[in-house]
Amino acid sequence: MSAGAPARDGAAAAPGGEPFVVASGLAMAFGGVEVLRGIDLDIRPGEVHAIIGENGAGKSTLMKILAGHLKPTRGTIGIDGQPVVLDGPVDAERRGIVLVHQEILLAPDLTVAQNIYLGREIGKGLTVDDRAMNEGARKAVRSLGAAIDPTTVVGRLSIAQRQLVQIARALLVPHRLVIFDEPTASLTPIETEALLKVIADIRKSGVAVLYISHRLPEVKALADRVTVLRDGKLVATRLAAELEPLAMAQLMVGRDVSKLYPDHAPPGDAATVLEVKNLDVPGYARGASFSLKRGEILGFAGLVGAGRTELMEGMVGLRPAKGEIRVNGKPVSFAGVRDSMAAGIVYLSEDRKGKGLLLEQNLRVNLTLASLAKFVRGLMLDKGAERAALDAAIGEFDIRTRSKDLLAGQLSGGNQQKLLLAKMMMLKPEIVIIDEPTRGIDIGTKEQIYKFIADLAAQGKSVIVVSSEMPELIGVCDRIMVMREGAIVGEVAGERMTENEIVVLATGVKTSEAA
Amino acid sequence: MTDTTANPPARSFWRDIDLRAVAPFVALVLLLVLGTFANDNFLTFNNLLNVVTRSAYIAIIAIGATFVICAGGLDLSVGSMVAFVASLAIMFMNSGAVAGPVAMIATAMLVMVLIGIACGLANGLITTVGRIEPFIATLGMMGIYRGLTTWLSQGGAITLRNADVSAAYRPVYFGDLFGIPYPVYFIFVTAAIAAFVLYRTSFGRHVIAVGSNEDVARYSGISVERVRTMTYVIQGLCVAIACLIYIPRLSSTTATTGTMWELQAITAVVVGGTALRGGVGRIWGTICGAFILEIVGNIMLLSNFVSEYLLGAIQGAIIIIAMLVQRSLVRKS
Repeated sequence: MSAGAPARDGAAAAPGGEPFVVASGLAMAFGGVEVLRGIDLDIRPGEVHAIIGENGAGKSTLMKILAGHLKPTRGTIGIDGQPVVLDGPVDAERRGIVLVHQEILLAPDLTVAQNIYLGREIGKGLTVDDRAMNEGARKAVRSLGAAIDPTTVVGRLSIAQRQLVQIARALLVPHRLVIFDEPTASLTPIETEALLKVIADIRKSGVAVLYISHRLPEVKALADRVTVLRDGKLVATRLAAELEPLAMAQLMVGRDVSKLYPDHAPPGDAATVLEVKNLDVPGYARGASFSLKRGEILGFAGLVGAGRTELMEGMVGLRPAKGEIRVNGKPVSFAGVRDSMAAGIVYLSEDRKGKGLLLEQNLRVNLTLASLAKFVRGLMLDKGAERAALDAAIGEFDIRTRSKDLLAGQLSGGNQQKLLLAKMMMLKPEIVIIDEPTRGIDIGTKEQIYKFIADLAAQGKSVIVVSSEMPELIGVCDRIMVMREGAIVGEVAGERMTENEIVVLATGVKTSEAA
Repeated sequence: MTDTTANPPARSFWRDIDLRAVAPFVALVLLLVLGTFANDNFLTFNNLLNVVTRSAYIAIIAIGATFVICAGGLDLSVGSMVAFVASLAIMFMNSGAVAGPVAMIATAMLVMVLIGIACGLANGLITTVGRIEPFIATLGMMGIYRGLTTWLSQGGAITLRNADVSAAYRPVYFGDLFGIPYPVYFIFVTAAIAAFVLYRTSFGRHVIAVGSNEDVARYSGISVERVRTMTYVIQGLCVAIACLIYIPRLSSTTATTGTMWELQAITAVVVGGTALRGGVGRIWGTICGAFILEIVGNIMLLSNFVSEYLLGAIQGAIIIIAMLVQRSLVRKS
């Protein structure tokens, strides 16, 4: 038991009978630095136990210990009252603990059934029994409330469908505890809702669920109990019914966060800096028209696959596109992204790790990559100037790093996003397009990024925010364009800027339940 | 998520040293020790100078390969490109188009550089504009350069016939300055320029970025195709430089000139610590790798442990061992 604990007050009223897994005094150290200490946790059959905390709080480490991927430096794990040592993930699985990874770990060229049975194929003599596996896969997917043809190649599925396949694969082994690591991070609201139903069903069958998420309303809706981690320590375990999302956030960051979104005055009748007319991005978006004023924050809402990202990439010259673009009234055409950068437009990719930063290079190299020409003296790069720029960026963007020689991949998600912002701001843009600015980022950093966006607008820059998080768009933007199936289907502003209004436009379905 | 990596443990001084950068030099020292035990004549100034001189072709070609591999590419055609470029240069000198041996040699050198650049450009454009995997593209070009050389020589040898030119050219390989043979200067000057380009210029930074993650490079406004193509051009230029000092040595080429040099060049690069997946390039490591290959051959020659006919097999084994070592060092760090 941790000392001074209001921590255990929810435990008595917890659902379920005897705990399935009990962890006591778990601690984990990497090379002398403790990232987790004194964790006491019990997980009961038939409950959804949520673990929340900021990036770096130790959620992933805890989860990896429970799934057998890491051995704790101290503390014990008990299963059904017996102390055990988990000898790797296979051993954990044998004991009924399965982990659903956040990343999609499927072979894109194999079918749904082949993926689900990968490594545990059903044999028939010397050959594999495709019919039995297809049938098994069909059942497994259907039990999750989805209808996916088991002979479909995984590469053709949407992200949400792939996630379901991954869950089906995990649940194929006999399981008593399922650990979900941020399963909804890349899902749309509707897909998220479907997944939450699946998890609720898993709970109904008496299985314990450990649920890691950043999305607090989701946790509130789904979880029975919530455990909050901060800086590697367990702050509290409470009944979800007793804890509002705002209170969860406060426990996570350890301070008042009631004001997540900054104040921002709409631009009024400022000059139009960007005008897009009938822009087609073949295969993704068609006939898109919109305009952006100086000092304005314009949102782009829509379901995943609505073509928002592709529209932006087409506009800045990262994809082939056709249409009329005017910057400050002058018609422009961007053959490549260099051209749009030169015209003062920068685009921050939603895929921070894949398209934004060189994870295996240091912070300095990442910071100056897009604006390297500014650091050339004669033939050479001026590393001193680069270092000075990094110092300035670390200060200005509050990039938290224990060393300036760290690789970008060693930063937490939030700090990576700040570094990406700093990198693109080196180009001194007038128009900043940010795609999913806070995906996978903790609430403290989110607040900083929202403030930064508002500051940009206040300085007379114009910002486009593409996001799947509707509260974020409503909280930050002056106006929101809604896309559906490649077309801009509506625009909401002022009083009409509500989740319901956006969902109706984004799905094309008039239903009051959709929100 | 990245919880565990957000606060990695503080590393000690020894952990901060990149083992992959140091490993080739450690291996070189170990080989020197081994060679000393193998033969008394090994650790003499003359023998070592000889070894370094003989490694010049592979070292210089491997410098170009470092750029190509660092940017995430591969060039298998370098060996046959040497044969092709050198053959054309000898034929040019035999044509007697320029009067006077020195002027002829200077012009021939320029011709070699231009042909090397053209060959590299062809390789680069086929992989980038043609969007063909570098492995296949340069495998095809390897066949083309080799076939053209065989055709030019009609299966025999192409020999420098003008005795004056030959005599004037010989010192470029056999001559020395302050007791150090010219090829050694070629190695170190080329390497110094290459290291400057890779580590100090924005082009070098772009090469590393493209090899690290070509999407990130593209989204940062870097022309991935141009950078990749330029690395093949640099490779072609390095091949030409190797030809500059190849011709004075033998004054002749055959259809088998430069056979297996692609294996040796890529081995030198990998032994030197450059990652085959791109994003890391180590010029001085590559030079060290080329020395290691030559020293292994030298030890085999001086000692009677292993037949020197097994040299190719040993070199093949070295690249595989180097890859295994690289991977185990990655796991530890």
